[in-house]
Amino acid sequence: MHRTGELYGQFQTLDQQKETATLGMWVFLVTEILFFGGLFLAYTINRHAFPTAFGIGGNMLDLTLGAANTVVLILSSLTMAMAVWSATTGKKSLVTIFLILTLALGGVFLGVKVVEYKQKFDHHLIPGHNFDISYCVKNPSPVCGTPAELATEEKEIEEGLKVDPDLNAHAQLYFSLYFGMTGLHALHMVIGAGLLLWLIVQSAKGRFDANYNTPVENIGLYWHFVDIVWIYLFPLLYLINRHLG
Amino acid sequence: MSEHIVSPKIYAVIFLALMVGTFLTVFAAGRDFGRMNIVIALGIATIKATLVILFFMHGKYSSRRTKLVIVSGFFWLAIMLGLTIADYSTRHAEPSRSQLNESTASSLMRS
Repeated sequence: MHRTGELYGQFQTLDQQKETATLGMWVFLVTEILFFGGLFLAYTINRHAFPTAFGIGGNMLDLTLGAANTVVLILSSLTMAMAVWSATTGKKSLVTIFLILTLALGGVFLGVKVVEYKQKFDHHLIPGHNFDISYCVKNPSPVCGTPAELATEEKEIEEGLKVDPDLNAHAQLYFSLYFGMTGLHALHMVIGAGLLLWLIVQSAKGRFDANYNTPVENIGLYWHFVDIVWIYLFPLLYLINRHLG
Repeated sequence: MSEHIVSPKIYAVIFLALMVGTFLTVFAAGRDFGRMNIVIALGIATIKATLVILFFMHGKYSSRRTKLVIVSGFFWLAIMLGLTIADYSTRHAEPSRSQLNESTASSLMRS
């Protein structure tokens, strides 16, 4: 199927055809907003019910990695926007270059996420049978962090247990939401990476130009949407209680 | 075609604004503004998201029909969040668990 810029029978002008594609993509993104919205709602209600456990859980995430990933993802949005610009201005080789850059940055983001998940695994913070918020305090080791970090963590958990005897269970709830939300976000990134691969192949064949670039534009919209989800996830998950530490 | 092409210059400015926003939100999180903490964090996130939608996603240059669809998404999200939270926050006759925890959380902050 070689779709180029031709006008399909059901449309009167190319502009109308293009607007229809953009509108359709946005309708899909609206369903995505509500899809993620359910998780954000679950987070809001539980965080309000168990602020102490959520605060302590949030402080156990790696702020440096989270902030670095935010920068990486916003940068990938910029390169994606530049890919769309290159396509609409007919710079065919630039389209491919910017798409490859976007894919690479997406890869970096997912790589950092793997490192973070591995850390949580080492710290026994994966919800389930072995979940123990005090694991690192009880078993101090280099993978758990510096003695100073562990001392802060111990103090927080000790204070937390005074106000919330079920701290471990409620922290587990926080980490369930953390993995659910970042996991769904990462799944969207993986799908986005697959779409980008396809775009790169098509773009290398010279398919996209000023006349025909709808796939670049619409996958671009999807990519930016995933970026927006992260823009909210970062402060909600990583920054809730930093002033305590 | 009559579509609007956004210049790389605008993209660069928006990118810088997003970076400043990211820095500000991390910076603000290190300080305690009490009840304003969450308002500041979500306020910055919303400004960043709006910039992405308006410029990276060309929302500013799209047709009124498309704009209506974009706004409707957030309108429905507001209904879902608003009505559910209203229900949760008014359901308990006795002091709710969250209210109890709130006072204990502030005692944790003082310690």
